[in-house]
Amino acid sequence: MGARMTDPRYGLDRKAALGTLALDSGGSLASVEVAYETYGTLNADASNAILVCHALTGDQHLASAHPRTGKPGWWVRMVGPGKPIDTDRWFVICSNVIGSCLGSSGPASIDPATGRPYGMNFPVITIRDMVRAQAMLIDHLGIDTLAAVVGGSMGGMQALSWAATFPTRLRACVVLASAARHSAQNIAFHEVGRQAIMADPNWANGAYYDGTPPTAGLAVARMAAHITYLSEAGLTAKFGRSLQNRTAKTFGFDADFQVESYLRHQGLSFTDRFDANSYLYITRALDYFDLAEEHGGHLANAFRHSKARFCIVSFDTDWLYPTAESRSVVHALNAAGAPASFVELSSPFGHDAFLLENAALDRVIAGFLGAAA
Amino acid sequence: MTTPLSGSQILTPAALRPDLAIIAANVAPGSRILDVGCGDGALMAALRDTRGCDARGLELNPDDVATALERGLSVMQGDADTDLADYPDAAFDYAILSQTLQTTMRPHVVLEQLLRIGTRAFVSFPNFAHWRVRASLLWGGRMPVTKLLPLEWYETPNIHHVTIDDFRAFVDTRGIVVEGAWFLNRGVATSAAAANFRAEHAVFLLRSAASGVPPLDSRHHGRRA
Repeated sequence: MGARMTDPRYGLDRKAALGTLALDSGGSLASVEVAYETYGTLNADASNAILVCHALTGDQHLASAHPRTGKPGWWVRMVGPGKPIDTDRWFVICSNVIGSCLGSSGPASIDPATGRPYGMNFPVITIRDMVRAQAMLIDHLGIDTLAAVVGGSMGGMQALSWAATFPTRLRACVVLASAARHSAQNIAFHEVGRQAIMADPNWANGAYYDGTPPTAGLAVARMAAHITYLSEAGLTAKFGRSLQNRTAKTFGFDADFQVESYLRHQGLSFTDRFDANSYLYITRALDYFDLAEEHGGHLANAFRHSKARFCIVSFDTDWLYPTAESRSVVHALNAAGAPASFVELSSPFGHDAFLLENAALDRVIAGFLGAAA
Repeated sequence: MTTPLSGSQILTPAALRPDLAIIAANVAPGSRILDVGCGDGALMAALRDTRGCDARGLELNPDDVATALERGLSVMQGDADTDLADYPDAAFDYAILSQTLQTTMRPHVVLEQLLRIGTRAFVSFPNFAHWRVRASLLWGGRMPVTKLLPLEWYETPNIHHVTIDDFRAFVDTRGIVVEGAWFLNRGVATSAAAANFRAEHAVFLLRSAASGVPPLDSRHHGRRA
């Protein structure tokens, strides 16, 4: 225990060099680096580790302040001492996915072949590539089997991909507000975002790292995506048709409505912390995700060899990854005979519900993880 | 056909509802179970802890699902009327439907599904022909409100009331084999004689005649391959 407390592999703001990663595209990525954080203490037999997978624009700052924004970690309400993912009991790992921009290898990293940022020379990656990099990190941390892999949205896809790719290396799998494939509608929204980035003249085919980044395009991409994370009822409750800092319409194109001002703020603040090329690569990875396709067209086959217990959660107002998508996962788990639980929770907040205060979600996660032997 | 209930068949977890205690006592150890309408998982937990069963549940109410999850059980939130079709054929040794049949939209389809998913099915339901129910209608002219049918007509979830004789006729005409039947009055076992009049509650153990499963007595209780 004492040695573990001082082991430089564990703690906040860490980075691991993991060697070469073979990719689904057929290529490989040399000198892969993964940035990560750990919380809690790994026990003597390394059996209490939980990997938490972040969503598209998330990062490894799960329960610690974000270095650029100073804001609390994205799931600090869920992870910590006495919280549903209790760091008094669990050793929690969260890594920045490859392709991203907070320390893991991504398009902004230096290409050893040229000494310049990869830009669009970065290889196209998949969800399974992200998961393989995570598995290399788990090896690096001296962990063979994870007590659980937990993820929401894209993180949930990684959790499913973990169960399919490393069926004996996790004992439990928690999938929140997610899906086993990206639908045509999901792909369509992502294409809007990518086109907004690529239409920004500053994008320069991705070679903007010495100049001005395509913030306008990235902000528009974020605005469009942000709408898909909310629900109509939630937007109406929060903003309605209320005007922003004025009593009458201006009959112009300023942000008259509060909802416009809110979206502009969301879009611009996103550009301070995220790289446009990473957005292109990660949305592409999501679009390519189809777990059934990877297993002969039958989703149940993805879970045939799994040893994990599954917990699938959807939210009734999530129209990005609606309950029907979770049900198709549940159906496949039933067909595979996997021990699986499923619940649809009620929330007015749409897809974002998994990140927000929700007592029922806390109870489900704490109950499911707590029931582990 | 009717198996008398002996004292040893009542499970030790005294908290189990009487019909659940009967089911728990008559499930083969180590079997695979689907409890349809499993509530908070009390029966599943008992089957897992006392009989070593691999139990799975289906339950409509998310709070009950959460409670079952806290017990370490695997439960799907879902509706017996629509979600049973998702389960493969013969995936379980027993499918259990306790005090839920009368709340389903299409009880006959649910029963078909139970016998498709499970090699055998336990079905328990309140008997609408119990004398107290009859008396309520006959003398009071009112829909009965009893311990097993505790809600007024407008708020009861029971939309397909059934009697023991109705159920017997139903399984007869469908060629479903009754391997066991238990009758309860005020939670105590009562005889099969005049059960339609005297029993508040019935538990049936069913098997599909077409399933090719050997009769109960010649069968080894044990986990299916």
